[in-house]
Amino acid sequence: MSAIRQTETRPATDTLLSVRGVETFYGKIQALRGVDIEVHRGEIVTLIGANGAGKSTLMMTICGNPQARSGQIVYNGQDITNLPTHDIMSMSIAQSPEGRRIFPRMTVIENLQMGAILEDEANFDEDLRKVFTLFPRLKERRGQRGGTLSGGEQQMLAIGRALMSRPKLLLLDEPSLGLAPLVVKQIFEAIRELNTNEGLTVFLVEQNAFHALRLAHRGYVMVNGSITMSGTGRELLAREEVRSAYLEGGAH
Amino acid sequence: MANTTTSASADRPEGAERLSEDRREAMRGEPPFVEAPSEDTRLVRALKEAGVTAGLVAVLTLFFFLFRTDIAVGGLDLSLDPKSWIIAIAIAFAGRFLLTYFVFGGERPTVGGWKKVAAKTARWPIGKVIGVVLLLVALTLPFLLMTLLPSQDRYLLDLSILILTYVMLGWGLNIVVGLAGLLDLGYVAFYAVGAYSFALLATNFDLGFWICLPMAGLFAALWGVMLGFPVLRLRGDYLAIVTLAFGEIIRVVLLNWYDFTGGPNGILGIPKPTLFGLEFSRGEGSFSDFFGLEYSSIQRFVFLYYIILALALLTNFVTMRMRKLPVGRAWEALREDEIACRSLGINTVNVKLTAFATGAMFGGFAGSFFATRQGFISPESFTFIESAIILAIVVLGGLGSQLGVVIASVVMIGGIELLRNLTGLQAIFGAGFDPTQYRMLIFGLAMVLIMVWKPRGLVSTRTPSAIYKEKKTIGADLVAQGEGH
Repeated sequence: MSAIRQTETRPATDTLLSVRGVETFYGKIQALRGVDIEVHRGEIVTLIGANGAGKSTLMMTICGNPQARSGQIVYNGQDITNLPTHDIMSMSIAQSPEGRRIFPRMTVIENLQMGAILEDEANFDEDLRKVFTLFPRLKERRGQRGGTLSGGEQQMLAIGRALMSRPKLLLLDEPSLGLAPLVVKQIFEAIRELNTNEGLTVFLVEQNAFHALRLAHRGYVMVNGSITMSGTGRELLAREEVRSAYLEGGAH
Repeated sequence: MANTTTSASADRPEGAERLSEDRREAMRGEPPFVEAPSEDTRLVRALKEAGVTAGLVAVLTLFFFLFRTDIAVGGLDLSLDPKSWIIAIAIAFAGRFLLTYFVFGGERPTVGGWKKVAAKTARWPIGKVIGVVLLLVALTLPFLLMTLLPSQDRYLLDLSILILTYVMLGWGLNIVVGLAGLLDLGYVAFYAVGAYSFALLATNFDLGFWICLPMAGLFAALWGVMLGFPVLRLRGDYLAIVTLAFGEIIRVVLLNWYDFTGGPNGILGIPKPTLFGLEFSRGEGSFSDFFGLEYSSIQRFVFLYYIILALALLTNFVTMRMRKLPVGRAWEALREDEIACRSLGINTVNVKLTAFATGAMFGGFAGSFFATRQGFISPESFTFIESAIILAIVVLGGLGSQLGVVIASVVMIGGIELLRNLTGLQAIFGAGFDPTQYRMLIFGLAMVLIMVWKPRGLVSTRTPSAIYKEKKTIGADLVAQGEGH
């Protein structure tokens, strides 16, 4: 596996995103109970866990909506814990949100334009070509409205839209949700390509533990709002607890 | 077997095309299958094409043949020359008819040629064609009315001005409701702010229409921002209620702040607009005097018509341009998905504020035009029903559709006026029948029918604001500055 080989050869790099002791509440309900996560430059890091474990909450907290009640989130050396969402998202972080959230009445091109809305227009053509090379399907569908795309194409569009802002860190919230295994493979392949060719750092939240851990350099396991395990993708895949909780019957 | 494959491929459009091509191929050179154009359709088609040609010539030659200026004592004299105009139309009609009937044999010129035309017009959607035709009609309307219906021209021109005012208001509100997706039930407040700003500035400081117009727009935009700030966190129903309240607050303040606004008495003596200082009245220094024309009260109406047409077209132009700019794209994206917008780093507060302010500004422009046209304003003109009508125009026309607003305005405002004149119905329902009393009823019924028939409005398709053109010859790496989109 190329991903695993990279893990072994890659030297220790500096931290791009670090989440320290973050606690998040929805009203009185505590969703995150002191989460610590580190994402290094050039890594693919995945966070796996069951439904309701708080994976998406962590993703949203990094984006500042809701904001962490305690703890600290540092991105690229800057404390972003209490910044508004739009300020965080304009700091070369891009997110492909849960449920994809593409603009259904706008065309593929317009969706991609929205991704580049804060970027210099001079880069648009070049970035567009990159996205179309990565996802040729999007090029075929360029004039079509986002809402008429298939689920997989919508996910490609969501990732493409995020890439249009030239991010250093890409946050992906369950890109495999509701997609056929073949499409999931395609999308994960694209993520790996981005990471190896462009050196893009990816933080991936997934339920599909098997594929995610195979793809990622390192992984974290979240249970009930806390991190219970961490390690390289291969280590976690080998752990009995992970296998029994997330992979039984799930590994195809 | 062959049958099943062809029928399966026929489901797809390209399959259907191939199928029809196959059929044509099969029929080629076999006399029984080549249909000779029957005499009947040939005649009808020739007449149709001749009619279209004649209509085009009529519009194009309107100013070349119909209107004639002669040098007269004290300047130019405008006279009508319908004879040469009609001759030109007749020549065009006859020429096209003969050409189509005999030379083209009732067929369309050449199949290849038409295919090319069809390919070109495919980029020219029907909406655009209608838009251009409507624009041409709008530009020539005063002259059309004066020549075709001279007895009623003043009334019809006044009605056209009213319709255009609502078109402009509809376009202004379309920015807020149609593009940004913020339901605003108090749009009339900005209309009122614009009208009162102009009226107060003009009567207190003796300023003219053209100076007050931008100021009124700015005031209205300012109020748009003021309304925008507190309500930005609200959405949907809640936003609608707050904007509704805002509209009423403005009206009640205008009604009760007697010292400033004149309360229910309103403001009288608002000056009329001038053309570079030329007034539309009798005597020295007036428009008719300067151009050596005979004074006619219709001149002022024509002038007002062109002012509101220009203002409305400005609104349309700005909106269309904005849609292609990042801020306009952000408006539409905001309507689609606010959370996705935020995740792309868009400051939704600013985007909403610009939408409110831009929409309000055009409402303010329309308001000052309303004030100068009426010469008198009072809070009674700015009740909730006005907001409702403007919103109905936008919703009926199709949210976000510029053409839909025009059609809906003509139908709604023109339709109400039409009902006023339907005295012929008395023959059916008896002499005591007054159609005006049933206006709102019929109108409501029509709205229900439209909503059942077309729930997303008359024009519900959204035109993309960007089309991707691939550059084949020069790579982006060779171009220092990409043109972007």
